[in-house]
Amino acid sequence: MNSSSPQPGYNDKAAIQSGLRRFDLQRLRALVYKESLQALRDPSTLLIAFVLPVVLLLLFAYAVSLDAKNIRVGVVLESPGAEAQELAAAFSGTRFLDTHFVHDRREVVDQLVSGEVRGYVVIPQDFERRLTLRGSEPLVQIITDGSYPNTANYVENYARGVVQTWRAGLDVAAPPQAVALEPRFWFNPELESRRALIPGAIAIVMTIIGTMLTALVVAREWERGTMEAVLSTPASVAEILIGKLLPYFVLGMLSTLGAAALAVFVFDVPLQGSLATLLLLSAVFMVPALGQGLLISSLARNQFLAAQIALFTGFLPAFMLSGFLFEIDAMPASIRAITLLIPARYFVDSLKTVFLAGDIWAVFLPNLAAMAAIGAVFFIIAKRATRKNLE
Amino acid sequence: MLACSITETTLQRENTAVVIEAVDKHFGNVQALRELNADIQYGRLTGLVGPDGAGKTTLMRIMTGLLAPNAGRVTVSGYDVVDDNDAIHVLTGYMPQRFGLYEDLSVMENMQLYAQLRSMDARYNNELFAELLDFTRLGSFTTRLAGKLSGGMKQKLGLACALMARPRVLLLDEPGVGVDPVSRQDLWRMVQALTDEGMAVVWSTAYLDEAERCESVLLLNRGQLLFEGPPQKLTAQLEGRSFRLENVGAERRTVLTKALDLPCVSDGVIQGAGVRVVLRDGAQPDDIQALADQAQVRLTAVPARFEDAFIDLLGGGPGGTSALAERLSPVELGSDIAVSCRNLTKRFGDFTATDNVTFDVHKGEVFGLLGPNGAGKSTTFKMLCGLLKPTSGEAQVVGHDLRRATGAAKSRLGYMAQKFSLYGLLSVRQNLEFSAGVYQLERSTRRERIDEMIDTFDLADWLSATPDSLPLGLKQRLALACSLMHRPPVLFLDEPTSGVDPITRREFWTHINGLARKGVTIMVTTHFMDEAEYCDRVAMLSRAQLIALDTPDALKQGAAGVDNPDPTMEDAFIHLVETADREMEARA
Repeated sequence: MNSSSPQPGYNDKAAIQSGLRRFDLQRLRALVYKESLQALRDPSTLLIAFVLPVVLLLLFAYAVSLDAKNIRVGVVLESPGAEAQELAAAFSGTRFLDTHFVHDRREVVDQLVSGEVRGYVVIPQDFERRLTLRGSEPLVQIITDGSYPNTANYVENYARGVVQTWRAGLDVAAPPQAVALEPRFWFNPELESRRALIPGAIAIVMTIIGTMLTALVVAREWERGTMEAVLSTPASVAEILIGKLLPYFVLGMLSTLGAAALAVFVFDVPLQGSLATLLLLSAVFMVPALGQGLLISSLARNQFLAAQIALFTGFLPAFMLSGFLFEIDAMPASIRAITLLIPARYFVDSLKTVFLAGDIWAVFLPNLAAMAAIGAVFFIIAKRATRKNLE
Repeated sequence: MLACSITETTLQRENTAVVIEAVDKHFGNVQALRELNADIQYGRLTGLVGPDGAGKTTLMRIMTGLLAPNAGRVTVSGYDVVDDNDAIHVLTGYMPQRFGLYEDLSVMENMQLYAQLRSMDARYNNELFAELLDFTRLGSFTTRLAGKLSGGMKQKLGLACALMARPRVLLLDEPGVGVDPVSRQDLWRMVQALTDEGMAVVWSTAYLDEAERCESVLLLNRGQLLFEGPPQKLTAQLEGRSFRLENVGAERRTVLTKALDLPCVSDGVIQGAGVRVVLRDGAQPDDIQALADQAQVRLTAVPARFEDAFIDLLGGGPGGTSALAERLSPVELGSDIAVSCRNLTKRFGDFTATDNVTFDVHKGEVFGLLGPNGAGKSTTFKMLCGLLKPTSGEAQVVGHDLRRATGAAKSRLGYMAQKFSLYGLLSVRQNLEFSAGVYQLERSTRRERIDEMIDTFDLADWLSATPDSLPLGLKQRLALACSLMHRPPVLFLDEPTSGVDPITRREFWTHINGLARKGVTIMVTTHFMDEAEYCDRVAMLSRAQLIALDTPDALKQGAAGVDNPDPTMEDAFIHLVETADREMEARA
């Protein structure tokens, strides 16, 4: 044998003791530094963090619109009378409907079927007769395209409105109405969907960074065998996981700031609340987002599977069930119950409030509590699933 | 006397680095290790040897505290791997199979990361780093990204990272896989220096020539320990059973087939122009002598090798007749040249991967392409089978120009990629049907060929299984069946036996020998030097250039010197590469 006592001086008790310390800031710093270098050198990370938000915001600002403006409707003028002409003129005077006139309903029926018009209004032949006969009840028929329920509703309501306004105009002689209804839309006076969509889009971006990117980078470590090497060093699971999450937390916050700046300065979405509140909300949302990413990666140790799971459990629910695109109140009760489990739901609600209404803590506090609670559950499960061994 | 022996036992115990006691480990229904007992000593290189799936990695992971045994216990330096798990991570340095490097970090950044993870004092780092960089000869590459290093350099960097904070026990999981002999020699040198300092080093490997160089081995097969001790002790049991038929020449494949079909022969391989055989326990060399007389060659006794002993422990290798080749009708080609290339060059940007390579491969030849990692083997190989377009120069397969008639050339060659490239989600039958379909066989021919392959390769019982669930040997047969579906006159094999156990490799080469005898031309790349011995001729590439092209025996002869009169293929490899390097430097 070369030596009977192995390597004097190596690994004395002190070294073992320092290795045993459960949490070591130096090791954490090394891991955070490593992760940051990797994130900065990987073009796909930067693409997801900074280019994707811009693309998404542009998309929601210009391409997606939930507003009903300039809807094509037909007006069938069967009656040649003066009153009928006046009513028809009232239709053509609005900026929300794009009306065109025909004299036979058969012409518009085909157009409705082919989708050229979304509805039509018939002013029947006996319009004047009924008007004088009944005194106050003009009879018109409104046909709408039910395959677009929102638009159909809109056309119906607007057409009713036009008729009523016109009717009111007839009775100038009559005493003025005791109560005049003048609708006003708070928080989004122009009723522009862009203003409601863009704050919500920030939630989507954060979900992608927090959940998808995190799940991918942890899965990558398993796939490339580096996790095995790092686990074999004295670094503890907590250090490894925090070292992994911290850089993506920062990345997520930077991305939020960028998206918010874009929203305010480019897309004219007002930030009624304070920036500090926005950052606090985002920071708390990162807890469930990162926790979910971590949980996914501890279950799926390859990038393909991790991406799939992240897509189906993170991105899609954030997109469909958060109230970002579809109003939660309009969902069936069972789906509404499911949305309670989606952290993005609370974030979207808070974002809309902070951008369009202001710092309303009565809204934020329950939302923050819900996000933190869901995040805590994710972290507890993830910690249990990632033990410091390879089984 | 008594006192002395007591001291000796105490010393022995004090010198024990790892104690493995009655360890059992299973994953679900798969038993990875059973009733394993062994000791590992300080100051010694211990080989953990066995074929794929023997349980080597599982045992490694248990020793580094990454897995807990289901039963039994393991202590490292007196610390239990389960109870004192944290201490284990301080005491051991571990290099996993893929080296555990961050590919997008530089050499220095990787080293710093691991140094800090091991809580090293920053003040001493510089000195230690300089020492490690010198030791691994990576000093001039500190800013290069780890992903851009060659296989051998990655492995050395992985070793440097595992050596941070001077572990008492160093565990290396298959450090030799995919690494060329030159880099491997470097690694041996480093490990030797470490054991001299008193470190316990465990080296796991499926290469039996590596096992032979260890001071002590633990031989594993299917989770059980077959042998523990110095490799020479096991080899000694085989003494007097190994023979070589010298200079058989052109007839060697036939002679090997005949020898392996003899009941007294347990194992046999081709070694250059000769045939090496191992007799069964207690068998007399009469029959083999008769075979030598018939072939009119000399039979000499040769020293036993560790591989002989290993194959013998597992009950001997397969027979010599390939059922596949038996069925094949002899290949007819218009000319004697099956594959040829002229001034073949491939550049990626300003990097030249293949530089002006010219050679011809004759019909029915087994032609080997060898070289260190990054020498341009794969690039050259891929150009020859039409997977890469050359930058300049010409390449032909059975008369078809690969640049102009890629499709025609491809239909005349079979290709078996590394790791078999089977479709894991398709069944065995579907894999066969796919490869028959992709080569556009007629419907009737297709069914006929598939049935033939199933019959020849004994796949009938496995048709609905997925390739991933097959034992390695069957998987390899299936991959070979798929690449031969269209009866190609030329077969390309890219590291076909990487990570495959010796018995499966024997079976594979039985088929290849059979095919070659029927006139099929075989092109093969390999890191196994003993496989290079099966080749008729070997082309040696280094730094993108062809540095030698000759028969294995002639290459070995070229490396012979006063201090080494009978060099191995590995010696020849190292000699050629180093000579070429020196010439290149002299010219520069």
